[in-house]
Amino acid sequence: MRLNVTVNGERRQADDVWEGESLLYVLRERLGLPGSKNACEQGECGSCTVYLDDVPACSCLVAAGQAEGREVRTVEGLAEGEALDPVQQSFVDAGAVQCGFCTPGLVVAAHDLLDRVPDPSDEEIREALAGNLCRCTGYEKILDAVRTAAGAR
Amino acid sequence: MDFLRPTTLDEALAVKAQRPDAVPIAGGTDVMVELNFDHRRPGALLDLTRIGELAEWSSSDGQISLGAGVSYTRLIGELGDVLPGLAMAARTVGSPQIRNRGTVGGNLGAASPAGDTHPVLLATGARVELASVRGRRTLAAEDFYTGVKRNALEPDELITAVHLPIATGGEQFAKIGTRNAMVIAVCSFAIVLRDGHAGAAIGSAAPTPRRVAEAERFLLDELPWDAPAPLADSFKRRFAELVAAAATPIDDVRGSAAYRTHALGVLARRTLTWAWDTYRGSARACA
Ligand SMILES: Cc1cc2nc3c(=O)[nH]c(=O)nc-3n(C[C@H](O)[C@H](O)[C@H](O)COP(=O)(O)OP(=O)(O)OC[C@H]3O[C@@H](n4cnc5c(N)ncnc54)[C@H](O)[C@@H]3O)c2cc1C
Ligand code: FES
Ligand code: FES
Repeated sequence: MRLNVTVNGERRQADDVWEGESLLYVLRERLGLPGSKNACEQGECGSCTVYLDDVPACSCLVAAGQAEGREVRTVEGLAEGEALDPVQQSFVDAGAVQCGFCTPGLVVAAHDLLDRVPDPSDEEIREALAGNLCRCTGYEKILDAVRTAAGAR
Repeated sequence: MDFLRPTTLDEALAVKAQRPDAVPIAGGTDVMVELNFDHRRPGALLDLTRIGELAEWSSSDGQISLGAGVSYTRLIGELGDVLPGLAMAARTVGSPQIRNRGTVGGNLGAASPAGDTHPVLLATGARVELASVRGRRTLAAEDFYTGVKRNALEPDELITAVHLPIATGGEQFAKIGTRNAMVIAVCSFAIVLRDGHAGAAIGSAAPTPRRVAEAERFLLDELPWDAPAPLADSFKRRFAELVAAAATPIDDVRGSAAYRTHALGVLARRTLTWAWDTYRGSARACA
């Protein structure tokens, strides 16, 4: 089937989309946006998190056809040109990135948290990131990054 | 595979009547896992996310009618005050991303014995509304769960809503898992106490979620409803025994049957204390 979807503000089209494939597959394999990562394909790790109509979701669990006519914002859509979003910059500055595989999903989840709760408590940060797994950092630097980003915004 | 995208409920029911093999997909948090891992290859997917009627809730006569497609996040945010028990269960589902997409309708459709909303729906006396081109019917939640991952849906039917009373007393839900997020319940328990009603139900401890009738009867007959005083430990222990006795759990990777039975007793005792405290508070507020 043909899929029409707005991604990071641009109207995009994909052809020959299989009806059972995920939005994550469409983004990575058909639209050339490999920022969102594929680690588990079962909603457990959060590395594929994107905004779907402004609501963060695991794109591996969204059927491609469910995104028809909708707006998707991926990690690639957060920076303004060369200027990183404060959340991205804080991840770099805090050393919250090691292998980086979890980073795109965490950045989107943290970005959404700070949109909703500009000055979150540590409990709120932990709760908001509970669906994102990181196997490298031990999370402390990630928490630091979110706290710093909250201050910077 | 076909991808069917109705925009009204009538259209969806007509499609489902024509294509009973079409698998409904709401939040997709169960369906997509099965597709991604090739556990399921349906002839068609029936997307429910464009049907406005399913994503609404309304309130009248002390009841909430909750559309099958309302996400957990919206349920928690918009109905947390009036449906505290269901909201408690919703808060324990998966992660924020899962709660943003997952729905009570999907939980019912999957009918997993471990689904978190089921014990609350059973304990509060919820009714499940089903529709097809043949008409609508509502079933008591306890008649909806028919076996392990089986429910009373006919091939041409969709779940449209759940009807449940606005809380007037105490409601509690508790679940055992290895961490606070992203866990399938090892076992779970819900209790609802309001005037003239004592509901209690177990999850992940029998082939289906189920009410614990003897324990409910004990509460209804023996709780000091007219002069709500704190409960003796012996009373709570008796309740816990009745709950544990109603479970028929299995050993699996998440826990042994013996552990589940023990843990259910503990959850029953604790949640009874909390729910009774809330009930007493509301009884005092009315006096
Ligand atoms: C990472 C992860 C964590 C999870 N954690 C939990 C948890 O903690 N607790 C828990 O209970 N569940 C959990 N789940 C399971 C799942 O999120 C829930 O069962 C959720 O309620 C499913 O809702 P959905 O809208 O996403 O359903 P979908 O996946 O869209 O559908 C589920 C089933 O219901 C059917 N269906 C959906 N809507 C209707 C309808 N209106 N009429 C008829 N049939 C319908 C579908 O055909 C399908 O069989 C988890 C899932 C994942 C991936
Ligand atoms: S790849 Fe989607 S949650 Fe892991
Ligand atoms: S940095 Fe490697 S998984 Fe998080």
